[in-house]
Amino acid sequence: MLTVEKLVKRFGPRVAADTVSFSLQPGEVLGFLGPNGAGKSTTMRMIAGRLEPDSGRVLVGKHDVATERRAAQRLIGYLPEGAPAYPSMTPRSFVEFCLRARGWSGRDLALASAEALDRARLGDASGQRIATLSKGYKRRAALAAAIAHDPLLLILDEPTDGLDPNQKDQVRALIRDMAADKAIIVSTHILEEVPAVCSRTIVIDKGRILADESPEEMAARTRTGRLDDAFRALTQTVPRETAAA
Amino acid sequence: MSTGSSIAGLHAVFRRELGSYFTTPLAFVFLAAFAFAAPAFAFNVGRFFDTNRADLAPLFAYLPWLLMILMPALAMRAWAEERDRGTIETLLSLPVPVWAAALGKFLAAWVVAGLALALTFPMWVAVNYLGAPDNMAIAAGYLGAFLLAGAYLAIGQALSATTGNQVVAFVLGVLAAFLLTMAGSPFVTGALSSAVPAWLVEAIAHLSALERFSAFQSGVIGVKDLVYFLSLIAGGTAAAGLLIGASRAGGR
Repeated sequence: MLTVEKLVKRFGPRVAADTVSFSLQPGEVLGFLGPNGAGKSTTMRMIAGRLEPDSGRVLVGKHDVATERRAAQRLIGYLPEGAPAYPSMTPRSFVEFCLRARGWSGRDLALASAEALDRARLGDASGQRIATLSKGYKRRAALAAAIAHDPLLLILDEPTDGLDPNQKDQVRALIRDMAADKAIIVSTHILEEVPAVCSRTIVIDKGRILADESPEEMAARTRTGRLDDAFRALTQTVPRETAAA
Repeated sequence: MSTGSSIAGLHAVFRRELGSYFTTPLAFVFLAAFAFAAPAFAFNVGRFFDTNRADLAPLFAYLPWLLMILMPALAMRAWAEERDRGTIETLLSLPVPVWAAALGKFLAAWVVAGLALALTFPMWVAVNYLGAPDNMAIAAGYLGAFLLAGAYLAIGQALSATTGNQVVAFVLGVLAAFLLTMAGSPFVTGALSSAVPAWLVEAIAHLSALERFSAFQSGVIGVKDLVYFLSLIAGGTAAAGLLIGASRAGGR
């Protein structure tokens, strides 16, 4: 479904992605982990066709994102970092806008929009202006827009950031629901949600992949068997070496 | 498939933009300001009644100055707001070519500008009531004003694509509209003549929007003038698309 080959992206002197490679099949939920500024969002933006890599290649289905960007983007649902949405729109009109831009119309559009709003549990908030909604509802509106066209590849950049525990649970349940027939990438720095949602984890730091394994394998890296210890052990090795030297 | 999906994208962006003008107070404030300011200029500054002539010359004479301020105000949010709010991430992840998004945004703003011009319609009715004006010349004047507004908008939206700050976009837009309008005036040519060769001064003077607009005012619709305004519109919209497309290469 998704093949990422040796992606490199530099912003000035900073390397945001350094030969990032992995592939993903339908049914897999990939937890994309790493400290802030590790290159998670940059990599996701490149997969979504919003940012061009300096080198390397992204294949979505059979489509190369660089040369057949729009064909690839039709297969992708993308929730950008911070879940942006137009404040003057309602969640319903926002979802409809995204569907319309993807070529949907008429009855299909109305049905897909209603289903997405329902799955994201927007309820009565569907008809209120996004500017007046709480952070949780605003995030759900952006999530609804990302899933409305039933994409084969779903890219969610910190979908549970800033939500209360109940809302987090609902979003995790939604991700598990959708996992059966989709390939899903979820970035997060909330490690507790990884075993609950993800079938696989990639740890990235300074643009490089440090580990690509199941959450269980990752937890088994340390004696405590805890993910956060494994995460620290993986991402703090570099400073420790420097300190020793 | 490609053309069809581009049109769907253009249509979706156009509809969203037009909707956002009217679901916020923006369009209403803008239209009210225009409906008030345009006749106010014509009556007070242009001495609409004192000229004792049944035409809209007092209105058209001051429209460029009004449009120079109000069109950048309408254009400033186009891309700066998308950048500021992060919605540009969503927009650029949709399978829509950037030219379709840029054109959709331009057309929506142009429709609002057209509505604003339409609000001066009572003055056209009034001059017909008061005398027998050359209605063809007035229609040509309106066409010229609509094209001039389009040129200011397209340039303003291109400048809006350079920044995430709407105020910066507005100031740049007014400056560009001013220079474009005044290019042929002694104010600009005089300042330039000491610094650049005469042929360049003449070339710049040739770009003056005011002279082109004057031709429409006197009822002459020249092909060259049409091409001039349409190429400014096409150029501005294309520049906005290119600037936004270039943001894929790096940065926000």
